[in-house]
Amino acid sequence: MRVRAFAKRNMKELIRDPLTLFFGLGFPLVLLVLMNVIQRNVPVHIFELDTLAPGIALFGLTFLALFSGLLIAKDRATSFLARLAASPMTAADFLLGYLLPLLPMAVGQSVICLAAAVALGLPLSWNLMAVVASLVPSALLFIALGLLCGTLFNDKQVGGMCGAILTNATAWLAGIWFDLSLVGGAFHTVAYFLPFVHGADGAKAALAGDWAVLPGHLLWVTVWAAAVLALAVVLFRRRLTER
Amino acid sequence: MNAIQILGLTKKYGGQTVVDRLELSVPAGELFALLGVNGAGKSTTIKMLSCLLVPTEGDGLLMGHSVRTQSHRAKEILAVSPQETAVAPGLTVAENLELMAGIYGRPRERTAEVMDQLGLTQWVRRRAKTLSGGWQRRLSIAMALVSQPEVLFLDEPTLGLDVLARRELWGVIRGLKGRATIILTTHYLEEAESLSDRVGIMAAGRLRAVGTAAELKALAGCGSFEDAFVALAGEEAAS
Repeated sequence: MRVRAFAKRNMKELIRDPLTLFFGLGFPLVLLVLMNVIQRNVPVHIFELDTLAPGIALFGLTFLALFSGLLIAKDRATSFLARLAASPMTAADFLLGYLLPLLPMAVGQSVICLAAAVALGLPLSWNLMAVVASLVPSALLFIALGLLCGTLFNDKQVGGMCGAILTNATAWLAGIWFDLSLVGGAFHTVAYFLPFVHGADGAKAALAGDWAVLPGHLLWVTVWAAAVLALAVVLFRRRLTER
Repeated sequence: MNAIQILGLTKKYGGQTVVDRLELSVPAGELFALLGVNGAGKSTTIKMLSCLLVPTEGDGLLMGHSVRTQSHRAKEILAVSPQETAVAPGLTVAENLELMAGIYGRPRERTAEVMDQLGLTQWVRRRAKTLSGGWQRRLSIAMALVSQPEVLFLDEPTLGLDVLARRELWGVIRGLKGRATIILTTHYLEEAESLSDRVGIMAAGRLRAVGTAAELKALAGCGSFEDAFVALAGEEAAS
């Protein structure tokens, strides 16, 4: 009941913010169309839809981190969170209430991105559904990163610093725009230790129907998501009751 | 019966004692005003009693429930209207109240009662961020009332409001007397004198004096409540 009431509030706050809708739904579409136009005008195959669409679907999820981070940071900045902290709500109620409204938003975002890719020429197949499912652990990871940032930083820091770091980390380290093996070395090693490229590779594998490699990528992302979420819970609980 | 019992409540940050061995009992249904200059320890005391801050020593009992060891039980019966207006800005008046009803498991009909009680019915579909400061403050208090709390903390409820809005809120607070035990913190002495049954004066983390406004004036040997406050709060601050 408490989680439901709080999740409902958060959903309303999110969908009533026009910037959320633009960056959550519109920006990935702009990128997809732009890269597709570039691909049609260059002689080499660098932005093919079968690798580009899953990558941009993942990149779009980075904005979820921004939304969840800003929501929690703004609540912390005002006395609204203090009011709720004095209510019977537990730390788990809070975090589920922040997390749950963003999951359907993540699924909707992935579906819209892939539907646009189909309109641009990506073949329609059942594997598209597997792509959406494969992106759920990544969605959880980005929401958890947002909760962590929102717990630690104020809304300006979340919007500026965290937003820039997460979008750049995903853009450069997920292998969306270029093959990471072309760079190789420490860059490749670090990128494959982090979860972003596994999220993108998992989505690409799901689209290609490469079921043998999919579980490994999903497991890697899921472990990272669980670790970040656990850290966010611990820190949020500490912040909830000052000592 | 005492709704609030404060037993040696203390808060220290490093070597600095912000609230020092506070002892106080507030009977059920009383409106008790906590006064003090900035840094006297009022807000820290309210935070400890509303389970937002863990005391260093001592305890507070709300209807018998310890804020240290039974905070979940205590949170079921208390509500806070914080110093800053604490509303969800993107939600309407009705949605803000429904949120609080949902969190405390109260029926939705309760929101209509509270809106009626605080004169918010005319703004029911207005988003909180578009309301004036006075109406936002009223909504903030309404959100605290939805749960029908037995203990209500009003932390500087009229801070920053103009005279008319403040007087209107006084009427609202007067209307709450007897329905809940209320702890009110304020910098406005006339507010405390006008609204409260008893007043406590804090200075340097200690409770300097407790009594009715008339008793405090007699204690300080002053004709006005302001002079009595200056004498009692200033004396402790200087010592």
